[in-house]
Amino acid sequence: MTADKNFLVGVFDNEEVLLDGISKVRSNGLKIHDVFSPFPVHGIDDALGLKKSRLPRAAFLFGLTGTCLALTMQIWMLGYDWPMIIGGKNYASLPPFIPVTFELTVLLSALGMVATFMIISDLKPYKWPRQFDVRSTDDKHVMAIDLALNGGKSKDDISRILKDAGASEVNEKNFE
Amino acid sequence: MAHHVEVAEEQYVFRPETKKKLYILLIVGIVVFALGLVFAMNDGGHHDAAHEGGHAAVAEAQKLVASADQHGAASEGHAAHAEAGHHAEKPLWIKRLFSTLWMNNVFFTGLGIIGLFFVAIQYAAQAGWSVGVKRVPLAMGAWIPVAGILMLVLWFITHHDIFHWTHSYLYDANGAEFDKIINKKAPFFFWPLAGGSFPLFYIARMVIFFGLWYYFFVQIRKNMLAEDLEATNAYWYKNRVTATWFLIFFGVSSSIAAWDWVMSIDTHWFSTMFGWYVFASWWVTGLAVITLIVAHLKSAGYLKIVNANHLHDLGKFCFAFSIFWTYIWFGQFLLIYYANIPEETIYFYERMRTSPYSWIFYLNLILNFVLPFLLFMTRDAKRQISMLKVVCPIIIVGHWFDFFNMVTPGVMKLEGGIGFLEIGVALIFAAVYLLVVLNSLSKFPLFGKNDPMLQESLHHHI
Repeated sequence: MTADKNFLVGVFDNEEVLLDGISKVRSNGLKIHDVFSPFPVHGIDDALGLKKSRLPRAAFLFGLTGTCLALTMQIWMLGYDWPMIIGGKNYASLPPFIPVTFELTVLLSALGMVATFMIISDLKPYKWPRQFDVRSTDDKHVMAIDLALNGGKSKDDISRILKDAGASEVNEKNFE
Repeated sequence: MAHHVEVAEEQYVFRPETKKKLYILLIVGIVVFALGLVFAMNDGGHHDAAHEGGHAAVAEAQKLVASADQHGAASEGHAAHAEAGHHAEKPLWIKRLFSTLWMNNVFFTGLGIIGLFFVAIQYAAQAGWSVGVKRVPLAMGAWIPVAGILMLVLWFITHHDIFHWTHSYLYDANGAEFDKIINKKAPFFFWPLAGGSFPLFYIARMVIFFGLWYYFFVQIRKNMLAEDLEATNAYWYKNRVTATWFLIFFGVSSSIAAWDWVMSIDTHWFSTMFGWYVFASWWVTGLAVITLIVAHLKSAGYLKIVNANHLHDLGKFCFAFSIFWTYIWFGQFLLIYYANIPEETIYFYERMRTSPYSWIFYLNLILNFVLPFLLFMTRDAKRQISMLKVVCPIIIVGHWFDFFNMVTPGVMKLEGGIGFLEIGVALIFAAVYLLVVLNSLSKFPLFGKNDPMLQESLHHHI
């Protein structure tokens, strides 16, 4: 059985049952593929034991790139390539470069963050997101368990654990 | 998750050990101050070699200003004014003492009214997260009356030495010292009286500002404490109205206070950003003081209802408004730098290019922008008490330097500097400020048990 193809999907009626359910499922040794909710649920990151996102670090590096790019560009253009005196200032004087540097820092860090997020979340323009249960966009919370990653347990075992954890129904979902 | 959480009431105890520490700080301050005073009296105000270069720079800048003024009816001796050399009958150390007293009082006044301002925006914005921390800034408001009395007393003692515009000869149209520019500004200080007499408008503003700030503080505190005795939302609604009126008044009064108490020292100079600049400096320092007191209370075992999420919010406030201050600082600097008008650039000429202030000018940017920006950038840094206790003092000390450089160059010209005298006065102010604020904090429970936002604050999660 290959990973990321065959799933059991537990459906939960409300977020309190879901939060309790997550810890029950995890304490039973099951690995949760992902959880889908129609709205943000406070405390779900901690319950799922998700690692801290490294996106801020990427943002910092993109921002730093923007800062360096903007300063290099302006100093090169106005200091070396085509030196011009503006307002009686030196060729390469720092203060007038600050606003452009700020803007490029923000621009690169924002665009870089969006691009990074799209890539790590697998949100490509030609790819449709998989739907485990369409009701997760309406009034149900959905927990997906990857069967390949929980090979030690049978479908029935997993199904029972989900039911015990408070799932109102458990369905099978297979992707090609 | 609509769990209702029960919490136990808490009361801060101003223990004798804490008081003793503050009294030691006060005594150290007095000793350092006394030493500084002795040193300053024996110094006699000789110019050392390092000052000479700066002198030339200022003289040059003043020539520029004078030439720009020539098209008016300004007399020859006009440029010599700013030096005020032959008018300084008092010895230099007295000017230095007055300057540092005034500067510290303006700085600490901000730490009082920002407390009230913080509480007011919590009500006006209907903020829920801040129930656990709201009474710390409320206690800071207790400094307002002390600051007001000090401001008024200090003004009457120090005004001729600090405020150039208080000299009546500037307004005598027939005198040799007549100053056309300051004479035009006379109504702002002296209305309805004649220029050079008693500055009625100025003093009235000072009294009204402090009077109304104190009035709003008393009203808001009264409602907050009444709520403890009677579980009703009525006091919260009352405070929202009071807070809104205060914010409208504060928006105007904080700007005018900045012009009056700080900008008018450099009487010829003006900047339309200045009200915002002083406010930004006060605000971020006040936020750092609130955060620091909350962090210390938390370490001492108080404020059990405050957790990392609330600290994170306070940290974000300090981080964001450090950047806001830098934005205002740069907005003021860039326009003056680019326009390059001598009347305006002299302000930065004095602070950037002359030796007693130049290092503070750059240190200001490092302490108040570079360090808070880098140290507070990550999420974890803002959630950890140990980090808050490092960065908040940097911000507070940094903005003390900021106020030093706003006030001192205009009063002392090239004779200013930071020595035992300045540090001693700052320590005395800090000790007395903390005694007043912590004493006030021990008079009421640390959070409102009937605050309608209490449950929201307990469930705060970011």
